[in-house]
Amino acid sequence: MAEFNKAENLGEWFDQRLNTKAFWKTMMSEYWIPKDINFLWAMGALLATLFGILLISGIFLLMYYKPDVNLAFDSVNYTIMQEVGYGWLFRHIHAVGASIVFLVIYIHMFTGIYYGSYKKGREMIWISGMIIFMTFSAEGFSGYMLPWGQMSYWAAYVITEIFGGIPFIGGDLVVWIRGNFYVSDATLTRFFMLHVLLLPLGILGAIVFHFYTLRFPHVNNQEGDFFDYEVESKKFLDGNKKESKVINFWPGFLSKDIMVINIFMIFFFYLVFYHYNFAMDPINFDKANGLKTPEHIYPEWYFLWSYEVLRGWFFSIAGISGKDLGLMAFAFANGIFLVMPWLDRSPTVAPANRRPYFKIWFWLLMLDLVILTIFGKLPPTGSNAWVGFFASASFLILFISLPFITNMEAKKAGGKQ
Amino acid sequence: MINESRRGFVGKAFGAVAGVGAVASLVAMKKTWDPLPSVMAAGFTVVDVSNMEENKLNIVVWRGKPIFVLKYSADMKPTEGRNVKIGDNYFSVMIGLCTHLGCIPAYREDKKDFKCACHGGKYTDAGVQTFGPPPRPLDIPPFDLDGTTLTLGKDGAAYKELMAKA
Repeated sequence: MAEFNKAENLGEWFDQRLNTKAFWKTMMSEYWIPKDINFLWAMGALLATLFGILLISGIFLLMYYKPDVNLAFDSVNYTIMQEVGYGWLFRHIHAVGASIVFLVIYIHMFTGIYYGSYKKGREMIWISGMIIFMTFSAEGFSGYMLPWGQMSYWAAYVITEIFGGIPFIGGDLVVWIRGNFYVSDATLTRFFMLHVLLLPLGILGAIVFHFYTLRFPHVNNQEGDFFDYEVESKKFLDGNKKESKVINFWPGFLSKDIMVINIFMIFFFYLVFYHYNFAMDPINFDKANGLKTPEHIYPEWYFLWSYEVLRGWFFSIAGISGKDLGLMAFAFANGIFLVMPWLDRSPTVAPANRRPYFKIWFWLLMLDLVILTIFGKLPPTGSNAWVGFFASASFLILFISLPFITNMEAKKAGGKQ
Repeated sequence: MINESRRGFVGKAFGAVAGVGAVASLVAMKKTWDPLPSVMAAGFTVVDVSNMEENKLNIVVWRGKPIFVLKYSADMKPTEGRNVKIGDNYFSVMIGLCTHLGCIPAYREDKKDFKCACHGGKYTDAGVQTFGPPPRPLDIPPFDLDGTTLTLGKDGAAYKELMAKA
């Protein structure tokens, strides 16, 4: 055994045993973040905070929720909402948090796309982030089922039905996923397990991995500037803080993050206390009924864009049915962001406003996503169906054309030099 | 001295055992999610159609699915391979789930058609799709006919005859 001297204080006692001082330096006080950033760089820490809030509010809900088709609805709408002290608060925090976490995920994602933070060594940051996004989507979907209202039931029905589109095994796969021929008790209990255990574990692991992927390529900055972190951090440690291009993660970066988080939390709790209704669909206050589809069903706002991509295809083309086309477009839309680093063929890392073609592509994508989101909520009749079709087709065209657009842009930039 | 071939053998043996164990575990996990025997035990639903009203949609439940039973009035024409004659009237017997993504279409008595609210699909009174994303007509469940009694879940002669025509 190594030789231990009597520790002078508690800090030293832990340092002798756990090497806490070196650990703190590596993870916090000598982990370097570029200076040239703005408030959009605080979204990561904000997301970690929101995940924590969802976890804590979820733990409190878990103590009274009952995953059983006969008990689930009342355990939420009666027991938690009316009997449990501050049960309503935890439910509203959880519902608003789930909705807002997607808003911040989208801001975080499109910040990454805008600044080109997914290429030249940062591919793994992007991919791990997309894995978190996908797991979070599954987490949101499985959680939406739990109150066992009409929207819960029919969302579960429609989304599990999507797997029926897979050739050959589709029909059996749907029955296997549901554990029955229809969405039933077996479905509820297994999605309950996914929501409270397997998926949160996966998200936690993916978050840790996402942090780790930042370690070597480092966080991007506003100008897409590449510099030597060894040199810049040495300047900082030598006291040349003004000249150095970096600040330390703690306290430099996190202190500003925490300020952004605090301002955001005022907004968040304003929603929780005064505007929680946007996250609580009135149709979901009717108990699930497998024999009555609500007049008009739609997902939560954060899935509307991909829902609209799915249902935009309402007629068959070249012998392929509208349903299959929709499913293919849906699969494409949900997978395509993952390969973003390879679709962007330009080596330039710069904000979109300094990239002549990418700039246009980026804002067209934003516009298309807004249109898809708006029309995803409207009934798919008359001209709405056609807007949905063109918006859905535009989404595909935008991503298919991205390699060509960025290639042209790279050539143009090469010609200038 | 490390005996490399011995170490290699131990590694391969461990790999083989772990591989078999992993596959066996996957099989067990897959089976855990299969529908339970009680669920699989075919449910039969018996319906008496003699008292049904014309042009009024009846919905019965079979294996958790809504089954549409629609009695035709004299002015409604049957569709080849879609309708079954029980007594003097033609009937539509169909699984009431939109073939697009499984919502329940609503019957419109005035227009004599089915409309799905989810994605705008439309079907005739015989369940043949006429508009929107549905890829095929409403499915017909296996049934058996005995006088005016319909047994869902059993493929009888009338059902087989209908399937042969479709």
